[in-house]
Amino acid sequence: MSETAAGISAPARSRLLTPFNLVSAVILIGGAVILAIRFTKGLAATTNLSHTNPWGLWIGFDVMSGVALAAGGFVTSSAVYLFGMKEYRPIVRPALLTGFLGYFLVVLGLLADLGRPWRLPYPFIRQAGPTSPLFEVALCVALYLTVLFIETTPAAFEWLGWKRWRKLVGSMTIGLTILGVILPTMHQSTLGALYMVTPTKLHPLWYSAHIPVHFFVSAVAGGLAMVIVEGMVSHRAFHHQVQISSEQFESINFGLAKAASVTLAMYFAVKTVALALENEWHLLGSAWGLWYLLEIVGFVLLPCLLFAVGYRERRLTLVRVAAVITAVGIMLNRFNVTFIAFNWRIPAELRYVPSWMEIWVTVAFITFAVVTFRWAANRMPIMYEHPDWKGAH
Amino acid sequence: MTVTRRGLLLGTAGALAARSVGAGTVEHFEGYPGRYGLLHDTTLCVGCRSCEVACKEVNGLPPFEGEAIGDRSAFDTTRRTTDTTLTIVNQYRDAADGAPPVYRKLQCMHCNEPCCAAVCPVHAFSKTPEGPVLYDAEVCMGCRYCITACPYYALAYEYDNPLTPRVMRCTMCYPRIKEGLDPACAEVCPVGAISFGEREQLLQVARERIRKFPDRYIDHIFGEHEFGGTSWLILAGIPFEQMELLPGVTHESLPSIGTSYLGVVPLVITIYPGLLAGFYAFSKRKERLANEEQEAAVAAALERAGEDSRQKLAAAADKARTDQERAVQQAVQRALVEQQKKETGS
Repeated sequence: MSETAAGISAPARSRLLTPFNLVSAVILIGGAVILAIRFTKGLAATTNLSHTNPWGLWIGFDVMSGVALAAGGFVTSSAVYLFGMKEYRPIVRPALLTGFLGYFLVVLGLLADLGRPWRLPYPFIRQAGPTSPLFEVALCVALYLTVLFIETTPAAFEWLGWKRWRKLVGSMTIGLTILGVILPTMHQSTLGALYMVTPTKLHPLWYSAHIPVHFFVSAVAGGLAMVIVEGMVSHRAFHHQVQISSEQFESINFGLAKAASVTLAMYFAVKTVALALENEWHLLGSAWGLWYLLEIVGFVLLPCLLFAVGYRERRLTLVRVAAVITAVGIMLNRFNVTFIAFNWRIPAELRYVPSWMEIWVTVAFITFAVVTFRWAANRMPIMYEHPDWKGAH
Repeated sequence: MTVTRRGLLLGTAGALAARSVGAGTVEHFEGYPGRYGLLHDTTLCVGCRSCEVACKEVNGLPPFEGEAIGDRSAFDTTRRTTDTTLTIVNQYRDAADGAPPVYRKLQCMHCNEPCCAAVCPVHAFSKTPEGPVLYDAEVCMGCRYCITACPYYALAYEYDNPLTPRVMRCTMCYPRIKEGLDPACAEVCPVGAISFGEREQLLQVARERIRKFPDRYIDHIFGEHEFGGTSWLILAGIPFEQMELLPGVTHESLPSIGTSYLGVVPLVITIYPGLLAGFYAFSKRKERLANEEQEAAVAAALERAGEDSRQKLAAAADKARTDQERAVQQAVQRALVEQQKKETGS
């Protein structure tokens, strides 16, 4: 372990009773209690799910948004390792760790939501349903979680000083990165494809034959935005570990902003093409249309322009504002598809609104991910390069 | 809303791939011959709810509180099927004033190509040759995608069962059918609003009724073609839209609309590795060429610098040599002059 890391982690470990730890503990214990109720009294006692609305916040946020916002891992690792954009190297590890924790959160959410979570491996060991988009998602997520896990191990091996293992995983980098593009391409889009079977239930403004493409492109934008957001927080929290100059960090952010702006413009284009192909312009005038326009103009077009202006005028604050809006926008889109614009014909009294317990458990899962990130970054070379492995894959 | 086939971009590739899977030809499967179905004639239904009660009895589900048959307070709200009530009858009113209310029975429609079966990741649903769609709770992990996917809101889940929750839905009384009996709802209906039989024959019956009483019926059999057709067929005297049904949707089944995208997956798996390795090779090559160029430039610069210094050295040596020669010549000259002076002087 490098001296810097040792110097930081020692006091952090000795002070357990910090406000951050206390608040985290309260959230996590509360979440554990609610999950205990869920597995003793059932989903009915903890969630507002119904026969009409079988998927709620745990699918809409933990799974749908979690996967989309964790796309930063594959976007940055492919940029650096496959496309040779070496200047982004310093953000690959935090992005991969965020990605791994994001996918871990997806699995946690799924375990809470499934009726019989211990049967999660059934599609692979008991009886496969290969015609199901969800089967494909399950297979891809399981494989990609493994890939992300291996991709985060170099930091752990460097921390533990296991040089042979570190060399081994280092030699796998290119193969893993290629797998790390193939698998997300498939499951990010297939998560959208889940809704292709619901043409009468999902509002036509959101339903599209191209919804897999919408999900994939928006996930790339969401992933880029989350890398900026994560950098905004972690750069402050771990500033003593960061080795790159603030000019270098800023220029990385401006590069990400440029990429995010282009991706959002692309997303806006494919969404507009979908409207045009299905000739749904007249729907924009309805109440649903206004809600749709809010999502597309307020959370896609606006951050797209903010990113562009922030990049051109080198204004980091603007870039960060755009990143937060984009991340919220991706969540809004996934909520719309999962339960807001879904079942739009159903009378208002049957509509789904998450229960406070569903929200609490979701917040607890996020807290768990943040605490784990902090634990890892305080010990392992995540925010900086290990002196023995500088420039190594 | 009408759903049309949109075969653009990915859709086309997906559709092609999905079509070719298992078939390899353009054959069309009409469905199991002689399979059963049920016909609900909403113009005959009086909303007595006998079918609801009978359904609970044969399925061993907790009975209604109080006397359900004839209890019209149930019609105050629009109800849905639940995990303990697998069929319900709702009351709908025509927009026209003074018209009598209309009743429609809701339950699993037993689709010809059930969407629930296509989207289940553990393949827990199957379409039997007899017609009913059956569900196997033994493999179900409880993802509830089937409930999300069902266009008829016919599936329910045991949300208050913490450890062994099941998807609950009408089985078309499969055990009774196997014994040669009619489904309980059809058997118990006091006004003959529900008929059980071979689906093809029921379609004939329905067409005959529409032909005989064109004023009584809307000229459409719901379930004949909607999303590939259903085992339950519905006749109505008021527009189907007023009974929460969407007639005129595509004749294409939901599985073929919705799972065709999976045809793209094998393409991604086969094309991406080479494509991405290619990108990697490009970036490596670019890097190598840039390095080589740089090295060549450095070598050339060094070369030039060497040449320069050699020339300077040579020039310096030349200069030194000529300087020396000149000095020698001058010295010789001087010596000769000196000698001459001496000779002439002496």
